Amino acid sequence: MSRSNRVPYEAPTDDGRFGDYGGRFVAETLIHALDELTRLYASVSRDSAFQAALARELKDYVGRPTPLYRADRLTEHAGGARIYLKREDLNHTGAHKINNTVGQAMLASRMGKTRLIAETGAGQHGVATATVAARLGLECRVYMGSEDIARQSINVYRMKLLGAEVAPVNAGSRTLKDAMNEAMRDWVTNVDNTHYIIGSVAGPHPYPMLVRDFQAVIGNEAKEQCLAAEGRLPDLLVACVGGGSNAMGLFYPFVDDDGVDIVGVEAGGEGLGTGRHAAPLNAGTPGVLHGSRTYLMDDESGQIAETHSISAGLDYPGVGPEHAFWKDLGRARYASVTDDEALAAFRVLNQTEGIMPALESSHAVAWTLREAARRPREDIILVNLSGRGDKDIHTVAAIDGIEV
Amino acid sequence: MSRLAKRFASLARDGRKALNTYIVAGDPVPEATVPAMHALVAGGADLIELGVPFSDPEAEGPTIQAGIERALAHGVTLGDVMDMVSAFRRDDRDTPVVLMGYLNPFLRMGYEDFCTQAVAADVDGVIVVNLPPEEAGTFQEALRSRHMDLVLLVAPTTTAERAAYIAGQGSGFLYYVSYKGVTGARHADAADVAKRLTGIRAVAGGLPVLVGFGIKDGASAAAIAPHADGVVVGSALVDTMGSTPVAGIGNRLKAQVRDIRDALD
Repeated sequence: MSRSNRVPYEAPTDDGRFGDYGGRFVAETLIHALDELTRLYASVSRDSAFQAALARELKDYVGRPTPLYRADRLTEHAGGARIYLKREDLNHTGAHKINNTVGQAMLASRMGKTRLIAETGAGQHGVATATVAARLGLECRVYMGSEDIARQSINVYRMKLLGAEVAPVNAGSRTLKDAMNEAMRDWVTNVDNTHYIIGSVAGPHPYPMLVRDFQAVIGNEAKEQCLAAEGRLPDLLVACVGGGSNAMGLFYPFVDDDGVDIVGVEAGGEGLGTGRHAAPLNAGTPGVLHGSRTYLMDDESGQIAETHSISAGLDYPGVGPEHAFWKDLGRARYASVTDDEALAAFRVLNQTEGIMPALESSHAVAWTLREAARRPREDIILVNLSGRGDKDIHTVAAIDGIEV
Repeated sequence: MSRLAKRFASLARDGRKALNTYIVAGDPVPEATVPAMHALVAGGADLIELGVPFSDPEAEGPTIQAGIERALAHGVTLGDVMDMVSAFRRDDRDTPVVLMGYLNPFLRMGYEDFCTQAVAADVDGVIVVNLPPEEAGTFQEALRSRHMDLVLLVAPTTTAERAAYIAGQGSGFLYYVSYKGVTGARHADAADVAKRLTGIRAVAGGLPVLVGFGIKDGASAAAIAPHADGVVVGSALVDTMGSTPVAGIGNRLKAQVRDIRDALD
């Protein structure tokens, strides 16, 4: 594809803006830490020793590269375009989250921080943070909404086994957004010795950029792997979007490849019409939460709305500012699938491919099943299978009326 | 001259320190707010900071979070808060009232609409916790064109160079956050504050500097006040609002503020 007459994509700006989105909407106390992080990140981006050390960690500790797997029986089931799965579920700890925590923990060490904190919804980011903290011998505290603690008990126990303290958050909706508030409060208090590992492409600048860059390994590998397997780029990329880090990690390396369509799939919950969902790009308006301007679910007086999704990792009222930017640019489309559709896809992938996806990733699979059927066999759809579903067994079993 | 400027000028003339008091609008019930504001003034408050309830108050400790939750349980909106200020103004034309909150409710109302209503209600300015000066441009212009102040914050982590920049951007007064942390979590350390305030007042360009966070009674106010132009008391008052039967709030607030006032004078 000729790109001679278009300027390559370049975002964010130096002050962290993705078009009208992003920025740095935080209490003054944190500005200095964000400045420090921004400066350090700029220097390590040019530091080949740091980059080589990161690449070694990703290979030897995380287990990268993850395979790009041609899912023939899933393709047959959908009856159309060929479906490839980027197997982020095969990473150490079972999801893409560790790509980011490995990188940020290295930054924290460089800054001499001895303590890591994180927010978590499904628990995957919490586990990935607890894991790197154990590996580096750093103190670790993970904030988690009490509702999420109840529905993700396996991951809670994993974090404890890893030596992290899991702090329950009982405020507000007791989910991911409240955990993030509490993590911000901790950070403001302990900013001298603590690094806050934000788990998504959200938060104040430089986080959306930095997390995107650490996750871009997904898209970079997928691009090479698709070229090797098919001799060309895919026609369509699909990933689920909560905060949007697995999606941005896959999408970003393809941003200038105009022939590649991009679709992010939000959590439609019980349906967009019911109001019980977590789909700000589909049904929200721009606002400011957790440090950046982006699409949000809020009420007419600006209070953040309670969200709903079967998947704790997507149950968040905001979304990374770069996704907001891409939506407005038209570079990506954002669809949604309901809880029921995601559950059905969870079962289909188990039974056609012997792969148990996370309920988050099941949203991407569900939308893909719909879309693949409409496309010819020649088309290639590349889906980010962002995590594995072992953590969701209790949720699914409860729906089936089975006690495990 | 704005109401804030007038108030600071008269305090300076009398050689007194400013006592700025914070309560959450609508806490514990909406009808308690206007009488509580009058009680603060009767006790000796020079300024009132009225908290605008927001669902995700990132910088607040448990006490103010609880106050905000009590207000939100009654569905108090930014529009309601301005109605309360209007009602307060029927009996008090002189005490400056500054709204303190988080950006999203202001953004959702729209800066122009907000400013129009705020002028009508005789609001004197705003403090937006999560709006550093770099992000404040549009809102600040809208406020400035209506002669309302945008009060900015300086933190212990703020560099000297940045403090000068913030002082240049803000108006009304400068709010120095005494410690790293959320509201109501610790005591303000007078020695530490004294050290920082020397530098900050040097770059403040005549803007009064008030110290908040960790000031809860007469003793802590009196320890900090000599180093600043005034102090802000919040969590201690919100605690009273939450723990006192509504009918008794006025008297208790008045006595509490009076103690602090006496210690300052």
